Amino acid sequence: MKEQKILTFNGNSIYCPEADVHIDPWQQVDRAIITHAHSDHARWGSKHYLAHKDSEAILRMRLGEDISLQTVEYGEVFFINGVKFSLHPAGHIIGSAQVRVEQNNQVWVASGDYKLQDDLFCTPYEAIKCNTFITESTFGLPIYKWAPQQEVIDDIKAWCFQNKLQGKNSVLMGYALGKMQRLIKNLLPFDQPVFAHGAIFNVNEKLRAAGFDLPYIPPVKDMDKKEFKGALIFATGSVLNTSWLKRFEPYATGYCSGWMAIRGAKNRKAIDRGFVLSDHADWNELNTAIVETGAEKVYVTHGFTDTFSQWLNEQGIEAAEVKTMYGEDETEEITKENETP
Amino acid sequence: MKRFTNLFLELDRTNKTNDKVALLKTYFLSTPDEDKLWALALFSGRRPSRKIKTAQIQEWAIEQAGIPMWLFRESYHSVGDLSETISLVLPTNISASDKSLSEWFTYFLQLTKASDEEKKELIVQAWKQLSTYEIFVFNKLLMGSFRIGVSQTLVIRAIGEISDQPAAVIAHRIMGDWDPYTSSYQELIYGENNADVTSKPYPFYLAYGLEGEIELLGKPEEWFAEWKWDGIRSQIIVRNNEIYIWSRGEELVTEKFPELELLKTQLPSGTVLDGEIVCYVNERPLPFNILQTRIGRKNVTKKILSEAPVIFMGYDVMEYEGQDIRSLPQEERRSILEKIIQQTDNKELIKTSPILIFKEWDELKTLHLQSRENAVEGFMIKRKTAAYLTGRKKGDWWKWKVDPLSVDAVLIYAQKGHGKRAELYTDYTFALWDEGKLISFAKAYSGLTDAEIREVDRFIKQNTLEKFGPVRTVKPQLVFEIGFEGINLSPRHKSGIAVRFPRILNWRKDKKVEEADTLENLRVILTQYK
Repeated sequence: MKEQKILTFNGNSIYCPEADVHIDPWQQVDRAIITHAHSDHARWGSKHYLAHKDSEAILRMRLGEDISLQTVEYGEVFFINGVKFSLHPAGHIIGSAQVRVEQNNQVWVASGDYKLQDDLFCTPYEAIKCNTFITESTFGLPIYKWAPQQEVIDDIKAWCFQNKLQGKNSVLMGYALGKMQRLIKNLLPFDQPVFAHGAIFNVNEKLRAAGFDLPYIPPVKDMDKKEFKGALIFATGSVLNTSWLKRFEPYATGYCSGWMAIRGAKNRKAIDRGFVLSDHADWNELNTAIVETGAEKVYVTHGFTDTFSQWLNEQGIEAAEVKTMYGEDETEEITKENETP
Repeated sequence: MKRFTNLFLELDRTNKTNDKVALLKTYFLSTPDEDKLWALALFSGRRPSRKIKTAQIQEWAIEQAGIPMWLFRESYHSVGDLSETISLVLPTNISASDKSLSEWFTYFLQLTKASDEEKKELIVQAWKQLSTYEIFVFNKLLMGSFRIGVSQTLVIRAIGEISDQPAAVIAHRIMGDWDPYTSSYQELIYGENNADVTSKPYPFYLAYGLEGEIELLGKPEEWFAEWKWDGIRSQIIVRNNEIYIWSRGEELVTEKFPELELLKTQLPSGTVLDGEIVCYVNERPLPFNILQTRIGRKNVTKKILSEAPVIFMGYDVMEYEGQDIRSLPQEERRSILEKIIQQTDNKELIKTSPILIFKEWDELKTLHLQSRENAVEGFMIKRKTAAYLTGRKKGDWWKWKVDPLSVDAVLIYAQKGHGKRAELYTDYTFALWDEGKLISFAKAYSGLTDAEIREVDRFIKQNTLEKFGPVRTVKPQLVFEIGFEGINLSPRHKSGIAVRFPRILNWRKDKKVEEADTLENLRVILTQYK
């Protein structure tokens, strides 16, 4: 029997021909379902958007307040041209969703970006049974294995404390959306003054206005230099090697990313400390997720696509790699965070 | 091992000298002597040799990790370091071993006589007790590949400060041949009963490259100028009628230069000279690669001795009549040196590096242009009042090298870097035109800024024509100016020519690929400078 292609790939999006809807399209389309609000998934210019309700604030901030946007709850079923859809938590960042599509008793799930570990801020990942699963593979090598979040948080706290003892400010860097709110929530209560880079401040305030439980963190830009004394500053990676950092002297820099698992990646960035904290699934989580879906066929998108699909095939899970625009390359996360909303 | 692993991690996290010294001091103050000794051995490059075949370790690691070999290789390409890759793919454990650094080295001794099965058992059991980072360090020690971004000078400074002794004394004591399996920290650092005192070299004084114009050095009459020889910086020690030759890499190389052994009867006992060993025929140095081939050989044959005889080109003296005279001014040391060398009978074996005569800096500049014809690398400029210092110090000794030779070449292959640059394409192969084809001629790793590396990396990823394992064939489009120090015929290279110390001088964004140099251009340089 010929496999029914409920979803297809054209390089610029994941497309459902029967419903005529695109998932995370890079080109401008009539109808787009957005898995989450990171800029390599939520692109500007489509006529109608649909996303989880927790994505709304950021999507409007980034794509325009006046976009045509329909929001749904996790698990809420909706039909487009007779095709059955629902969104399910992906655990990647706030509002991130897997897209479940059902047609003729066949279920496909496009998972976007996801992680299995509960980060205690966004809604945790849920495994969805399906016939065909579309997975990311950002960290699809067995060298990427995350420690429990609490261990990393404890390390960060100890690092901040030590910096404070030495009279230094701690500049903690990572993605403005997702990583930072996760850090802020988990580092509470703070035992030092905290400040946020403008890009992070904007995201935080949008989320707070939308009713999310986040503390107010004052922006760096209005502060007198004297305020920065043993403080913790949340910043994006784009500030590295810029004069923006000068006002914090003396300071130490820390960087939160899954790429920090490898010494070379940390050393190359000339940062003082790398913390291995990712919003993507690690090797074990990818494998677990795939087994839990019970999928007979897996499509592997952005990341180590060829390696990970070969591995799955050898494990007896039929897999194929798919070229997408998400995360241009395996090193993408490092250069991509320059996004300033 | 926990403590040593922590030290390693903490050192890895800072690039500030004072922090590193503080970390080292804390470690040396809080660690038993046996471990101090091992740490010192590791920091000073005295790594015990590899105990086990790399292939075996890999095989056991992938078995434990439950992954196929090809996936391990992919992982290795991303990490760029074998020990680290193994530590990352192995199942994650909680650190459960209290064995100290020295106890692990004792553990390694069991490997020498073990069968392959027993070896595997020993290694796998060790892995199971260690955390990821500990496994990384363990593997490095096991494979004899431990390296760390701490210079010996810093270690010397730290030990000097905690043992309340001058750094130069410590530097002197930890030089030379000692074995952490048999030596003791107390004896080594506090110097009691040092049996091998006769062979101990002094730490070399190293020059900085000249910054800016030569005139900035002040009055010409305050300075000596000598040719900068392109050989092996060495120290000859004659004490108790024995001769020891140390290379700058702190290797005892006496046996590599049997002809120089004669000097032990020529130089008075209690003499230590600093100079350059060069292959020298008809009053002219031979190219460095001849010397290099010679060193690479296990045995120095008669043929080698006749084709590539060496001499010692002396330029300084640290010990005379058994006295350390490093604090005397350069000028005085120079006259002592001349006196010593004059008294020898064999002028075929030892010479004083001549002092160049000049009154004005301009004369020296003219002379500098003749460096290549004289087969030297440029000048050494030394202040006449300079003492012989320890390590790389600014101010009194300067090297003034000739500008490198260069050609414009095309990037054709790229490979990912290792360690620090593991996920970027940083290792490049360059080619020159020859009858309408691009022929590879040199590999270069350095010379670009981080931003340029990223730009080239992006180009490579978007313009890959083919992949062969880790190597990518790149669309020939980017042109770089490649500088090099020496040039020679080489049947082993596709181009027939080998260049020495190739490096990227400039990214010639202004040049089209057709405008790159030809192999013929390189051949012309060869005939001019060989």
